[in-house]
Amino acid sequence: MSLDSHYLSYPARGEGYDHELYSWSPLHERKPVSWPTGSVAVWICVSLEWFPILPTDQPFRAPGHMQTAYPDFRHYTARDYGNRIGAWRFLEALDKAGVKASFATNAAIAERYPELVEAVLAGGHEIIAHSTDMNGTIDGSLSEEAERALIGDALSRLNAATGQVAKGWLSIARSQSFRTADILREQGIAFQCDWVNDEMPYRWRNGIVNLPLNHELSDRTIVAVQQQSADSWAQSMEDAFDWLAGEAAATGGGRMLPIHVTPYIMGLPYRIAAFERLLAMLSARQEAWFATGGGIVDCWAAQA
Amino acid sequence: MRENAADPDLYDYVPYAGRPKVVWPGGKTVAVWVAPNLEYYEIDPPAHPRRKAWARPHPDVVGYSHRDHSNRVSHWRMAEVMSKHGFPGSVSLSVALCQHHPEVVADANARGWEFFSHGIYNTRYAYDISEAQERAIIEDSIRTVRDATGQTIRGWLAPALTHTPRTLDLIAEYGLDYTCDLYHDDQVQDVKVAKGRLASIPYSLEVNDHYGFFIYNMSGREYADTLVRQFERLAQEGERSGTVMCIPLHAYLIGQPHRIGPFEEALEHIASDGRAWIAKAGEIVDAWRAQTPATLPGARA
Repeated sequence: MSLDSHYLSYPARGEGYDHELYSWSPLHERKPVSWPTGSVAVWICVSLEWFPILPTDQPFRAPGHMQTAYPDFRHYTARDYGNRIGAWRFLEALDKAGVKASFATNAAIAERYPELVEAVLAGGHEIIAHSTDMNGTIDGSLSEEAERALIGDALSRLNAATGQVAKGWLSIARSQSFRTADILREQGIAFQCDWVNDEMPYRWRNGIVNLPLNHELSDRTIVAVQQQSADSWAQSMEDAFDWLAGEAAATGGGRMLPIHVTPYIMGLPYRIAAFERLLAMLSARQEAWFATGGGIVDCWAAQA
Repeated sequence: MRENAADPDLYDYVPYAGRPKVVWPGGKTVAVWVAPNLEYYEIDPPAHPRRKAWARPHPDVVGYSHRDHSNRVSHWRMAEVMSKHGFPGSVSLSVALCQHHPEVVADANARGWEFFSHGIYNTRYAYDISEAQERAIIEDSIRTVRDATGQTIRGWLAPALTHTPRTLDLIAEYGLDYTCDLYHDDQVQDVKVAKGRLASIPYSLEVNDHYGFFIYNMSGREYADTLVRQFERLAQEGERSGTVMCIPLHAYLIGQPHRIGPFEEALEHIASDGRAWIAKAGEIVDAWRAQTPATLPGARA
């Protein structure tokens, strides 16, 4: 038995990456970045998601989407709970802590729930584009034409509904094709949040900034996937903050803690208090600088 | 191994009770080694008929970029914590990392770590390859690591744990001393090979950080507690005959900011206990061989 010889040839085996998207740069050798205050930028990012009860699965079904035969009232409504209740709990908690956050928002949310988006904007929070709705997934199997149309549709609808121009983009499930970043650049996006290979913003070869939204620290990974308690999630966030603050003190370089939360997960009655306690704890720390994604990118870019 | 037989005849059954006493240097009861996986995963590897490299169509953004975190951020975070508490690494190396990010390999080498091969890339699987192809991978591994570090590899952990029926015989023939691919014991044991002598050193799936976080879904604190429990038991039983504890790591997992603090506490616990011989894989195999005559057929010292 033997495999085709091309399986044992390595055409991209050379210095640097096996792609041209961005170049290699180890964090500890970069010029230190400082924040306006404190040493750890804390970035709260809330996803606002509308799951159509009819999943299209083109090109794939988003995490959290419908699971039973049609009509899946259970998951349609449990997800929409986040938009009706959970997101409002987040808004109140953020307001109480005096924290400005990013809201990664489906265009359909902005169109369907204008009261929610008005409250987000009135709270001084940032809107990041997050596709059309939870059917708006992207991966390498999507045609270029379909991908460009999807991103264009998401941005034009979101911007029309919010009266703003979104600067940031988060893909559903952080899933991209090889051309996504180029299409995002073409359509005026300044930063994307999908690639989790770093802990600070960094610039791609095409000019877009990647602002890594660590999926490991999300309530989706820790609570929904790993099935940890809300308290365990909050403890992990506190442990992460302590470590990053220590690293910032030791190296003189600012660090970043992205906290990605989901209204239908962390916004439940029995979990929200853990989120509130975490905000209160972090707010009391001198090392913490709470900022939006765009605020972090701007501050970093001014020093890069 | 015996091909196509129900029992692959990898080793003889040796009951845990009544084994000859192994004593580690300094009278320590448990040899503790840390095995960081320093890996390169390709973004767009060719398809293998038996296994997909990525769950998603390429690029699998989260899969690829999560692993890339090791080579941009978390390798140094993990390595610093290890060095601070006196733990050298025995590196499971995707040898193509020597080409892609030589700085990572050089950092590990400068810390005095040992390298063994984990294949060319962790996205190239060994199933169904010919003997000539497998020899090419082994020879590539030996040459690449020697050129990059000056070290001659002594061990093997199959790329993505993919094997052929020939793998153990071939690595022994090339003079490698240990395999990390067998999980049948808490002590070093001989493996049956056609020529030469090959030891199985306990690696571990059960306390591998990947299993801890994504099979058993532990928090960083729970994983650290697991390591301490593993250590306590093996240190105690090692009074009868020296045991081995491996801590297999991936920087992109253990080096995440919410996990590294608890992990450091586990290392502190083990280092300060007094019963641990903190060593590299090759040293553990050497110390074991010095006390253990070759007994298996084909196992000649």
